[in-house]
Amino acid sequence: MARAAVLGRLTWQFGTLAEIVRETPRVSSLFFDVPEWPGHLAGQHVDVRLTADDGYRAERSYSIASAPQDKRLALTVERLDDGEVSPYLVGELRAGDRLELRGPIGGYFVWRGDEDRPLLLIGGGSGIVPLMSMLRHRGRIGSKTPARLLFSSRTLADVIYREELEHLGAAGDGLRVVHTLTREKPAGWTGYTRRIDEAMLREVAWPNKDSPAVFVCGPTPFVEAAASLLVAMGHDARSIKTERFGATGG
Amino acid sequence: MTQVQDMKLDGNAIAGLLREIFAVEMTTARGTCASCGAVNEVGRVEVYIHAPGTVVRCPDCEQVLMRVVHGRGRYWVDMTGVRCLEFAES
Amino acid sequence: MRDTQRLMGFVSRGFRGKRRDTASSSRVPPGQYVVTDFPVLSAGPTPRVEVDQWTFSIEGEIDEPRRWTWKEFQALPTETVTKDIHCVTKWSKLDTSWKGVSVDTLMEGVETAAEFTTIYSDGGYTTNVPLDDITGNKAWVVYEFDGQPLQPEHGGPVRFLVPHLYFWKSAKWVRGIRLEKDEHPGFWESNGYNMYGDPWREQRYWGD
Repeated sequence: MARAAVLGRLTWQFGTLAEIVRETPRVSSLFFDVPEWPGHLAGQHVDVRLTADDGYRAERSYSIASAPQDKRLALTVERLDDGEVSPYLVGELRAGDRLELRGPIGGYFVWRGDEDRPLLLIGGGSGIVPLMSMLRHRGRIGSKTPARLLFSSRTLADVIYREELEHLGAAGDGLRVVHTLTREKPAGWTGYTRRIDEAMLREVAWPNKDSPAVFVCGPTPFVEAAASLLVAMGHDARSIKTERFGATGG
Repeated sequence: MTQVQDMKLDGNAIAGLLREIFAVEMTTARGTCASCGAVNEVGRVEVYIHAPGTVVRCPDCEQVLMRVVHGRGRYWVDMTGVRCLEFAES
Repeated sequence: MRDTQRLMGFVSRGFRGKRRDTASSSRVPPGQYVVTDFPVLSAGPTPRVEVDQWTFSIEGEIDEPRRWTWKEFQALPTETVTKDIHCVTKWSKLDTSWKGVSVDTLMEGVETAAEFTTIYSDGGYTTNVPLDDITGNKAWVVYEFDGQPLQPEHGGPVRFLVPHLYFWKSAKWVRGIRLEKDEHPGFWESNGYNMYGDPWREQRYWGD
């Protein structure tokens, strides 16, 4: 499935919701059975389309959270209170419901796992989702590529995939997971408690001379800040792959 | 003159739109800006989608690379801001 | 097409959509829905203009081009108008209140052979409007919304307001009016959007 060709005309198809897993109070993962799914690469996304009974439609893009090897297609969705699509996906959709989607889409923000360069992933909030697909893919293929994830969340309760990241980081296969919390300092917390800054990146990021593959994903201001810091530290802007989430839409 | 950038997305946000128009994956295509000559992968260009159409701008000089309007079952695509677009055959 | 057949008529169970209040339908043009918030649309980076650098000009087919500094513009007689606005992306907002200067005031005594205008803005945006559609108490150059200074994301310090046409004609960050004998399509009008843009006739795209 992972090696399937992914080009050609995009067509809408049905996914059937099999399972919902609550990740945080605002974020849930939705697992779909998609019979005609052509396979995907870690980092790609899908378009989702909702249709009301009077024909009104709303369309959004969501990053794929599952690894290419996984049986089910997983999307992890943050509920935006003033949004139109995310409250439906997280609040209304039930197991057995069908959802129109098309994909996979994208090819720039993709990690195939076939190169030796160390991997640097920097995620803000639900910007972790495509990075998680990359880490799951890395685990499934048994990659020993050195990898570091710097993950910024607001509070401990907002940390998406917290347990799974703990397991992945403890597997001893060269992945180091580093958290920072921007709005809380829980008792006994050993991670960072501030916004990403240069000192933090100097401690966590691979230096430029190691030619890391860098992926940054999150809200636009987060991505711009992290990318600017990396460029100021000497990283080539063109080697930093970024994906921005819009603040509006939802 | 300073700028707020909250509305700005990047080329990843129009991967689906460009697939519809070009029928191949385009975020790994490389475009040359007709204004400043910078060559950038489509995945890292600036994209504004909260508008009557989609506006794609050069990340180096902010000039318009592409405008896409979609309506009534038709597309209108202006590419005068792109001097050359290089992409792989499918 | 098997997929098309299969998907035709599909409805997402329990989905209504958020913004489809059509209660005041006599005031809402066809295909529009009413919003209570004020969506921000933007085709590029938001210019932040210092008012001491700002000027407003009328140029083109005019013997003596006119130009106001911020201070001069503030000294012009103002009007406060309440209008419904209609965005081509299908939202309408009712009873929006604006304060600014009527284009009639700016054009007072101007002799011109022009029949068309291009409204132009910081950041390179342009839109074309017939001269008859911005004179005769139909258009304003506004700097307050709802009693407050106009915020940059909504076009501040100063935007154009021509509410009887789709709202893309009400250019944000406006800097002047160019009077023209011929019609020159603006930023959106040159790429699929309607030259005139009457919401009541749903003139959204070319050919509408």
